[in-house]
Amino acid sequence: MTPDLMEEGARRLQKTLAPAALGQTESGGRAAGFSRVAVPGEVDVTHGRILYLEDVHVSFDGFKAINGLSLDIAPGELRCIIGPNGAGKTTMMDIITGKTRPDKGTVFFGSTIDLLRHNEPEIASLGIGRKFQKPTVFEQLSVFENLELALKTHKGVKSSMFFRLDSAQSDRLAEILHTIHLAGSVTRQSGNLSHGQKQWLEIGMLLMQDPKLLLLDEPVAGMTDEETARTAELFLTLKGKHSLMVVEHDMGFIRTISEKVTVLCDGSVLAEGTLDQVQADERVIEVYLGR
Amino acid sequence: MTTPTSPNLQLPAPPPLLTRGGWSAFIVALIVVCAVAPVLNLWVPAGSLFHLSDYAVALLGKIMCYAICALAMDLIWGYTGILSLGHGLFFALGGYVMGMYLMRQIGRDGNYQSDLPDFMVFLDWKELPWHWALSDSFVATLVLIVAVPGVIAFVFGYFAFRSRIKGVYFSIITQAMTYAAMLLFFRNETGFGGNNGFTDFKRILGMPIATPTMRMLLFVLTGVTLLGFFLLARWLVRSKFGRVLQAVRDAESRVMFSGYSPLPYKLTIWTISAMMCGVAGALYVPQVGIINPGEMSAANSIEIAVWAAVGGRSTLIGPIVGAFIVNGAKSWLTVTAPEFWLYFLGALFIAVTLFLPDGVVGLVKKLKAKLTTTKGAAQ
Repeated sequence: MTPDLMEEGARRLQKTLAPAALGQTESGGRAAGFSRVAVPGEVDVTHGRILYLEDVHVSFDGFKAINGLSLDIAPGELRCIIGPNGAGKTTMMDIITGKTRPDKGTVFFGSTIDLLRHNEPEIASLGIGRKFQKPTVFEQLSVFENLELALKTHKGVKSSMFFRLDSAQSDRLAEILHTIHLAGSVTRQSGNLSHGQKQWLEIGMLLMQDPKLLLLDEPVAGMTDEETARTAELFLTLKGKHSLMVVEHDMGFIRTISEKVTVLCDGSVLAEGTLDQVQADERVIEVYLGR
Repeated sequence: MTTPTSPNLQLPAPPPLLTRGGWSAFIVALIVVCAVAPVLNLWVPAGSLFHLSDYAVALLGKIMCYAICALAMDLIWGYTGILSLGHGLFFALGGYVMGMYLMRQIGRDGNYQSDLPDFMVFLDWKELPWHWALSDSFVATLVLIVAVPGVIAFVFGYFAFRSRIKGVYFSIITQAMTYAAMLLFFRNETGFGGNNGFTDFKRILGMPIATPTMRMLLFVLTGVTLLGFFLLARWLVRSKFGRVLQAVRDAESRVMFSGYSPLPYKLTIWTISAMMCGVAGALYVPQVGIINPGEMSAANSIEIAVWAAVGGRSTLIGPIVGAFIVNGAKSWLTVTAPEFWLYFLGALFIAVTLFLPDGVVGLVKKLKAKLTTTKGAAQ
């Protein structure tokens, strides 16, 4: 090895380490890549990414639903996803939650968990909660029983047979009941709730799972203005503690909650930025208004 | 979260195994089965108004076996939303295991005075086939009564549920499996007595089988089993396990995204249900004195579903009531107007589907609710 090469190497190392020493990296200056133990099932967010999709492709019978999608979400971030119908928003959530297998691409939860190796229940247990576009609750069960089923605990057959709510879990359940404004309907059959209340119950079930990342598909569809405002308030309190990915069409709602908006179109990211930035984007205007 | 937790928010307590009224009814049923019926049949003289005839004992014993099947069907269909048209197979398997034991109990008293069962002598077989090896032991028979249907259901269910086969496809496959088994049992060389099956039983545990006391004993045993299974089913459905089953029925994708893997849940209840049917079959055979492949016919499995539907799905008492209503009507109609029975069964199923989606029990509940509201309005 010649001396000039060694000098060059030393200079490069200096360049990499300098920002870390000044605390300018996303992981707060920690030398994130070195000497950490990866704990199985534990989400590793030291690289500043809780969800990471790269070059994902999915096609259904030749139709390219997702086409080279790359997207990442930081821990504690609240990201809004917008896009015209058929842009691949729901398909993207299907991929993240294990419902659909991509033809190609990488999907990581934190920097160590490859989501493509897990099925739906495992992904849910890892800490990704999902709310469907159409509110999906267990209609024959009461509000209480719905939340109890979603509770984060052992989910095997035997532990379910002998399950009893302990006091910490009861407190948590009561707290969530208040959060979703259903404390007055504890024993009501959830099938009899209003549309907006069902949406809330489903959000409550997500919270019972105590997920690190929440995927919310049109959470305020069918809600009254007041309910929408309350939901926005709830999401803002969740931000920071959880990461949220919200798909919505209601621009007023997005304006209230968003910091960063991603526009999807034809299965890939068209634009990213604040709501004002993307709304000013020529291409975004084009796909929304059509030419 | 900043929302304050109200200390006085009452969360509902877990439901009791049975309510007070439920326990009283349960104990009354137990007394009727274990004390009243034997007294009325064995000690009240035949001419008396209160005498329970042998015919009635045989009929009720048979219907209680059917009620166990209906209860088992309710667990898998009513609570989990999986319609099985193969429960006749599990019933017949339990029956055949019992039948093999009863055949061996005949000993040398058969027509051919041989150690082997008559049909084997007739086929000119010299020794017992391998699968009869355990048939001499009563204990092994008791184990196999639940193990054979259980293992078959487990293996079949594992592959079906793992492949996420659902709804009508699952029903058709279970029906096909039952039909295939029937064809297999019809063949002489499989060693199950061909189309004649097993009959002409003489003894059970060395005691003669065709005595009034033995008949009563089997009747009581069936009744106690039915009541025991009812409690077991009640315990299952009122646990969180049971609520997960109902959740699988109503929104399986939500169950998965809540972190539950539906496969072990479905497999557990499916296997339990099959074992219950096996026990019902084993109690049925000594009471009716015959088991043949006809028990595996398509109609039998469908009838089990009809009992559950008529009585009321997803209530545990419903299917039991349904089994009594339909089979009571059957034994009455097949005597008075045999040619109309099938029309009646068809009409009943259509009527229940159209007008009574919750069955007889649902109707009673609705009437009760109506009565209380009109009472409330009158006051």
